[in-house]
Amino acid sequence: MKEKILTNVRIIDPSQKMDEIGNIVIDEKGKIKSIGKKSGTSKSAEKIDLKGLVAIPGLVDMKAFVGEPGFEYKENFRTLSQAALAGGVTSIVTMPNTKPVIDNVSMVDFIIRRGRDKAKVNLFPCASITRQREGNQMTEFGLLKARGIIGFSDVNKTIQNSELMSRIMNYASDIDVLIMQHAEDYELAKNSCINQGEVATRLGLQGVSDIAEKIIIERDLSLLSEFPCRYHINQISSKNSLIVIKKNKSNGIKFSTGVSINNLSLNQNDIGEFRTFFKLSPPLRSEEDRLSLIEGIKNDLIDVIVSDHIPEDEESKRLPFAQAATGSIGIETLLSLSLELYHNGSLSLDKIIKCLTINPAKILKIKKGTLQEGSDADICIFDLEKPWVVKAEELKSKSKNTAIENRKLQGKVKMTLLEGEVAYSN
Amino acid sequence: MATEKKVTAIKNTPKHLLGIQNLSVLEAKEILTEAKSFIKLNRGSSKKLDVLRGKTQINLFFEPSTRTQSSFDLAGKRLGADVMTINMNNSSLKKGETLIDTAMTLNAMHPDIIVIRHQDSGAPNLLSQKVNCTVINAGDGRREHPTQALLDALTIINRKGNIEGLKIAICGDILHSRVARSNIYLMNMLGAEVNVIAPKTLMPNGIDNLGVKSFTDMKKGLDGCDIVMMLRLQNERMQGSFLPSKREYYEFFGLTPEKLKFAKKDALLMHPGPMNRGVEIDTKLADDINVSLVKEQVELGVAVRMACLKLYCK
Repeated sequence: MKEKILTNVRIIDPSQKMDEIGNIVIDEKGKIKSIGKKSGTSKSAEKIDLKGLVAIPGLVDMKAFVGEPGFEYKENFRTLSQAALAGGVTSIVTMPNTKPVIDNVSMVDFIIRRGRDKAKVNLFPCASITRQREGNQMTEFGLLKARGIIGFSDVNKTIQNSELMSRIMNYASDIDVLIMQHAEDYELAKNSCINQGEVATRLGLQGVSDIAEKIIIERDLSLLSEFPCRYHINQISSKNSLIVIKKNKSNGIKFSTGVSINNLSLNQNDIGEFRTFFKLSPPLRSEEDRLSLIEGIKNDLIDVIVSDHIPEDEESKRLPFAQAATGSIGIETLLSLSLELYHNGSLSLDKIIKCLTINPAKILKIKKGTLQEGSDADICIFDLEKPWVVKAEELKSKSKNTAIENRKLQGKVKMTLLEGEVAYSN
Repeated sequence: MATEKKVTAIKNTPKHLLGIQNLSVLEAKEILTEAKSFIKLNRGSSKKLDVLRGKTQINLFFEPSTRTQSSFDLAGKRLGADVMTINMNNSSLKKGETLIDTAMTLNAMHPDIIVIRHQDSGAPNLLSQKVNCTVINAGDGRREHPTQALLDALTIINRKGNIEGLKIAICGDILHSRVARSNIYLMNMLGAEVNVIAPKTLMPNGIDNLGVKSFTDMKKGLDGCDIVMMLRLQNERMQGSFLPSKREYYEFFGLTPEKLKFAKKDALLMHPGPMNRGVEIDTKLADDINVSLVKEQVELGVAVRMACLKLYCK
């Protein structure tokens, strides 16, 4: 590869507190050679002028589902990576709720090989916390980690058994693995499909109270004070959960928290008359909850914004609401929808980018999410002001279940570099 | 009724009857006015009209039903439509066919009206997006049962002359009840004051935002009421324990002649049926023709459904 130089670009990299117009020099190995306003030039380098655009570290999405193996008709490594790159995402943590479940070493070898052959992005696979995600028996954390598993998650299932959870934390603490919990009490959430309250009552649907989320967070953080391990709450959805998180953080308990861009941008009223693309887990809640989540990011109570990319085919969404599948796609629109929070004055650009780059990288302990000299030149270049309208059929995912069809957004990815190579441009 | 001259609100609006929530006051009044005209017809010896001659009506029932199904059946036939009833309890659904597939299959037979009863809230809305004909909701999950509320309104109007200014209590399993929800919307719309009375575990979250006052005490809730609507305990929808026992429920929430005295002297009693005698209602009270409107509700149900079929079938 030839040396490259990106010129006249506004560089925002929270990992080095940088927000300035300058150049980025990428060496022959695809690493950042120098960056910033003082960055030099070289005559032999290939020059790309990016005047008027913004360069940030490639996004790290901590929660996305790839359909392989078992659900190739919903998404595969190729389509997921195309969607990711079009959205400026260069590192993806993939979920293990495939068929079969990624809960043993041979499955890990399969997906790593398959991902390497078919995907163009950096993939960081998760394995399940318990075998078959059944919540009974922990998986081989040590062996799985040695084969390249980045973290452990039962995805949309929760460890209900408190004794097992304490042992998972106790065991995990010794071998330094990341445990990612989906916080939901099964009994309280039974048969529910949306938030409890007036909307659920009007629609005649079984609602779930935010206590179902809070009660698991409270339990886990109590256990965590006894068995400190690398613990991450996948996605929170309510104001009440933030109160618990705040209290525990001020008591010195160490853990991290994520939120889905959906819960930051939408609320339960968007469900309208049974629009199943808005059936999500955790569910969309009240506007008050949404605003409190934004405050949570401002106050560093929430560390990460994820896409919670869940591709679902039309058939599994074209059902009565209670029967319809849960989730929406979002990896391609993650950045643009997050930028809406900047344009409407909710959050600073620096904060948003932090939650999409260096924060998840730190939690995962990977050398991504930064443009410091020497790091991989995974770069997302976007036009901060460009207006566009989301059209499901134009998205690259194999499934088209976006919750933000026809939404008018401002800010669009122009180019994505992966280890110095242009992997996407439009 | 406020107006006796012909109102035609329904003509310019969507052709489905999915719920009271989607109705305007004018539309509701138009249905009630139309229904009134059918009461006499139904009591006469010659009951057949040809308003819907040549039209095909399919009753698609995913849940067992006696009165609603037979009521729609008769209503269609009396208007001259060809009526077919499909009970989906033992049909393609068991073979794994989705609601949409069933709808498309039926749609290919060119029906003019589909009357649907489904256990999932929102199923009629989904159906209405996929077929070319009129869809009438005959009860979906715990969301709405619009024709029940309309027949309740007609029954009240028939006895009390008007709904505006009345105080109506709805008692029992509000949580699982589509009848309660549709009645809350309709009675509010027609100017009544609505109280709901239920044990806390059977009271839906956020109910106060629907424009009612909620009570857990029959004495307070029934105070000054003109109409007492009792609801059936929907044991089939209850998952897990909501109540200690039927005995305890009857003690505090079952309607007895003594508890009825908390309401106005001339208060009337209604029940959408089927009744659990001795659980939510005293058996003698249920049969007392001086206070119970239960039979009249069933009778006027046919008239209301005739009106809906006529007005919505284009």
